[in-house]
Parts: sequence; C-alpha cells; structure tokens
Amino acid sequence: MENRKERKITARNLDDREFFYGHKGCPGCGGSLAVRLALKVLGEKSFAVLPAGCMSAIGFVFPQMAFSCNAMISTFAGTASMLAGVAAGARALGLEGIHAVGFAGDGGTADIGLQALSGAIDRHDRIIYICYDNEAYMNTGVQKSSLTPTGARTTTSPVGNRLRGAVTPKKQMFEIVAAHGIDYAATASVGHPLDYLRKVEHASRVEGTSYIHVFAPCPVGWGHDSAETIEVAKAAVDCGLLYLAEYTGGGFILNHDPGEFSSIRDYLLGQGRFRHLGEEEIEAIVAQRDSRWQRIRREWRT
Amino acid sequence: MAGMNMFLSGNEAVAAAVRLARPQVIAAYPITPQTTVIERLAEMVEDGSLASEYLHVESEHSALSACIGASAVGARTFTASSSQGLLYMAECMHYASGGRFPIVMMNANRSVALPWNIYGDQRDSLSLLDSGWIQAYAEDAQEAFDMLIQAFAVAEHPLVLTPAMVNLDGFALTHTYELVNVPDPSDVDAFLPRFTTANRMDPEHPVSLGFTAGPQHNQAFKQLQHLAMLASGQVIREAEERFGQRFGRSYPGLVETYRCEDAERVIVTLGSVAGTVRPVVDRLRSTGERVGLLRIRYMRPFPDGELRAALAGATSVGVLEKDISFGYEGTVFTNVNSAFARSGASPRNLLNFIGGLGGKDITPTDIENLFARLAAPEGLETVTFI
Repeated sequence: MENRKERKITARNLDDREFFYGHKGCPGCGGSLAVRLALKVLGEKSFAVLPAGCMSAIGFVFPQMAFSCNAMISTFAGTASMLAGVAAGARALGLEGIHAVGFAGDGGTADIGLQALSGAIDRHDRIIYICYDNEAYMNTGVQKSSLTPTGARTTTSPVGNRLRGAVTPKKQMFEIVAAHGIDYAATASVGHPLDYLRKVEHASRVEGTSYIHVFAPCPVGWGHDSAETIEVAKAAVDCGLLYLAEYTGGGFILNHDPGEFSSIRDYLLGQGRFRHLGEEEIEAIVAQRDSRWQRIRREWRT
Repeated sequence: MAGMNMFLSGNEAVAAAVRLARPQVIAAYPITPQTTVIERLAEMVEDGSLASEYLHVESEHSALSACIGASAVGARTFTASSSQGLLYMAECMHYASGGRFPIVMMNANRSVALPWNIYGDQRDSLSLLDSGWIQAYAEDAQEAFDMLIQAFAVAEHPLVLTPAMVNLDGFALTHTYELVNVPDPSDVDAFLPRFTTANRMDPEHPVSLGFTAGPQHNQAFKQLQHLAMLASGQVIREAEERFGQRFGRSYPGLVETYRCEDAERVIVTLGSVAGTVRPVVDRLRSTGERVGLLRIRYMRPFPDGELRAALAGATSVGVLEKDISFGYEGTVFTNVNSAFARSGASPRNLLNFIGGLGGKDITPTDIENLFARLAAPEGLETVTFI
C-alpha cells in the first residue's frame, strides 16, 4: 500500500519524470501545463482519460503518443462516465494504487460533459476530475462555452454593433459541483503551481470524487503573448476574477484573499479578447466581482 | 441435461445468463422494456450471487461509456438498453467497436419515437447495423440465454474483439415466461473462462488507447475492424459447437432453416415472429404446399453464404421484418437482396413485407396471406406493409 499521508510537494521534490511530453501543444499553453504538473503528482500508475479537446488532439496522434502513463480519449460527453468505468474496472480487477484522472476543458466539463460528471459525483466514484478552464472551445477554434466570461470575444460571440462579445455570465462550476455534496473540490490556477500541486496531491488521497477547476490561459484564444501565460494566470487571481478555494465535507474554504485587488481593467485590456470593452462594461465586471467577493468573505472560511 | 429448469421471462433469462457470465462491471440505465434485466442484476449483486461492480449511471450514453472505460482496463462488462436509450448510446456504440472493446449488451427491441411507443419493432437495433457490433436476434428465452453466454465468448475471442448485442423482441420475448434450462455455474465457467486481453491499460505496461488516426492510418484500422467482424462468423459457429457439446443444446449457425429443403416459397424473418411462422409452415405443409421458414439469427456478421445456399431452390422469397428505411425498403430486405445480387442468382420473386411496427400484431392468418401472396406475386409491389 502507498503511504496515505499527504506529501508536501515543492519544486525540490517534484517528480522529474515527464508523463505528458512531446505533444503538439501551442507555445504558452496553460492546459498542457495543468496536465503535465498533475501527472507529476499522480505518477506512473495514472489512468488518464481525456475527451475530445485540445489535450487529446495534441497528445494522441497515432503513432506519436505523448503520454507515458496509461491514457485514453473519451467521447466528448463521456469523460466522467469513462473514468467511472476505469475506476470500477480497476477495483473489480484488484488493481491497487492507481489513479483514474480526467482532464477535460471547460466546454467538455460545463457544457456537454456536465451530466456525466454529475452522475459520477452522485455515485461518489473514486475519480479525480480536472477541468482545465481556458474559457472557450479552443480546439475547434475559440467558440463560446458556458465558462466564457461576460464580454469575451470568441468566434461565436463576435464583437460588432449589436453584440459586445459573450453576453452570459460564466457558470460557477466549483459551486455547482459543491452543491452535489462532492467529496472534494478545489479551484486552482497554473499561475499558482504549488497551490495546484497540493490540491492534486490532496485529491489523490480522497476516497470519493474530487474535482479540481484549474484556470489555464490560452494565448491563441485570449490574445496575449505566449510568454505571459503565467502572469495572466496570476493576474486573474490578483484582480479577484478567480478565487483559490476548496470545498470539503466541512464547507467552503477560501485559500487566498488578495486583500486589495489589482486592476481588472489592466487584466482585461491586456488580452485581445477583451480589448473592445468600454469603461461602462468594465465597471459592470468590477461590480460583479465585488458582489461575489462580499459573499465569499462573508460565508467562506479562510 | 444438467443445471436447473426455471420458469423465466426473456429478460430474466438474460439476467440469469449474465450472472453466470460473471461480468466484472455492469453499467445500466432503465428503459422499458429492458428494466427487469437490470433490476434482477441489481438484486443479484445485492444478495451476493453476482460479484460485479454495478454503476447506476445517469444515462445510456454514460452506461456504455462506463463499460468502455472498464473494458479498457481489461474487465468483462455488460449493459442493456432499448429504443431511445440505444439511440442515445449510438456515439458510444461506434466508439466501443472502433476501440475493439468486447462489451456485451442486451437490447430489448422497441419502436423509436415519434410517435412514442414502447412496444416491439426492430427499428432501434437495425438503424445501428453499421455501428460495428455483432447483432444477434433471439427467438425464445432459452435461445436468448444461450446467445448471451456465447456472445461473451465470441466478442472476447482474440480474432474478434468486437462488441456484441443480443436482441430480444420487446414484450413478446422480454416479458413472456418460458421454461429455461440454467446450467451449473461451473459448466459456464469452463465454457467461458475469465476474460484476458492485451488491448487494455495496464499499470505495468502503459499504453494510449482511443487515439487519433489521421488519413494515412485511419482506413487500416477500419479494415481490421471489418476483417474481425467477418472472422466472427466462424467463431460464432465454433462457439455454438463447443456450447452444444457441453450443454447439449445445438444451434445451427447464423441462420436457422425450417422445412426449406424443397421449399418453393420461403419467408425470411428474424426474432420472435418466427415462432408464429413455424406452425403456419407446418399447417401448409400438411396440405402439400412447399413452404419454409428461414430465420436470420445474426444480422452482423451477415450470413450471405448460408442464406444463398438455403434458398437456392426457392422461387419466391418474402422478407418479413419490423423495420423500414423510409422511402425505400426494410433494412433486412436490403441485406438479403444484396446477398443474392452478389451471386448473380436471385429467386424469381423477392418481396419485402413490413409489419409489426410499434408492436402491431402479426397473426398466423397474416402469415398465411403472405405465403399466398408469394404463390401469386405477379403485379405486387416489392415493398408492402402488412
């Protein structure tokens, strides 16, 4: 049996083996970083399931396979259900010490995969579901998903005289999975890797369903320089548009309160997808952030 | 004959067979008229007579997706569905066959909406004939039981590695009680050993499955899939022979012929309606009419050679099916017609009778009328609804 005690993961003790390597990801891809880091925590006994999407498109083109752990592509809607099958099969066959881990994008999670995810959480299947959120359907060419934030320009939420980018607010996936009474859920950012690694490590010990929502910038879809991925991922936390939090049986925990937020305006206008936004629209986003944080600071533990 | 004779419905026979096949993972979502299969299985898991992981999934799509995941780590898997549920699985059906995951499914043949209808026809499974699954059609509960056990042996055979679907006519077969011989578990274990496969994710030897194959490789995978399905015909016949030796119940391969040897007129059909045709054949035979029945037991692989051989002497053949490809003809008829066209020698008259849609009754009188039409087919439309 593996040691059930949680390890503290640092840059020093992080596994130097690569389990997702030689893929065809774009420069500065946040999603591939999320996959790579998580597998360094979960190790060679991972069974990774990835639906149709960026990570499967760049990782599994026969005969060039980028995963050195077990991995397979699921149907777009089927990440969580296939993971559940993998976990059930492994349990039935007596395989020990394995991790059934899924990596799905925001569309594959919050849109087409939500039903299967809900089913897995309901059954408390022992799976780790990681949503790498790059806030649109990037693999098919930057179309709007239900995790595309208000105001973002995508190829299906264009900016013109009538529309000003996406008009719907971003679904609150973290709170949606928490409302199921999930065993463990967390938000994370590729800009805060130690926090993310700690959460993956924690998820690997949970006897039940874990969900980690990791914010993963996409330079191509967002319109920022590929060297700025980490800075953008940090800035989202600093300006309060993304919170780092956890949910356990005991309720919500806020991991990090930036205190005074950095400028939302700078965060937005640093990305091509938001550059059309006017002051009024930015003010509306600021107001939404403030009301959300009021509630978080009032209701969540720290 | 060893084992125990039990009074079971078609669905209960399927559940009893699944219990003896010992799948390690069952994922199921309820739909009429499949429900009693998964209810009985849940009870067996609860009372410990079946040691399976039983996943209460939230949809048919997830049922088959979970089976694919479990099969991908080397587990024997089972699911069951019907009608709308089968159609909801359609994406995963292609996925399972393309990934060469030998999942076994029971399908309760039921009509497809609209209009809504829970009764039996075969439009659900026949519309998925091209999804790469072996398709078997049972006539009675005993055959359903035996086909189910054999389906695991065939699907998991290394030359096949192709998922298999056993079809039972909704209500007419799924809910009709018959005496079914249920063999001893040890005999079934000997016939159907534990599933092992190299096509799996193994912690000791990691692999990537379910990958992408571009234009330069894709067709080669599809061709292999096609060859495996073709090879399954011989594997089915071998499995039936092995089954017959062990259990004393013999099956005739992909088709069953009944009084076809010198028949001039033959009705070709599939599923439980064959049980209506057979006594009509007997009655007409007793008055000297040379009629016969050919029952298709497997639609995939398609028994074109067996069909041609059995019908070589017939002058009039009527394909009776509970299916229609709108605007043309029944899918079974298309396949039968193509089997003849391949040899260049078709019977003089080849007609398609569409009946039983949405559970519409097909009576012995209807069958007599069909044989009468086959006796005087001149001027009849190729496709008629009965």
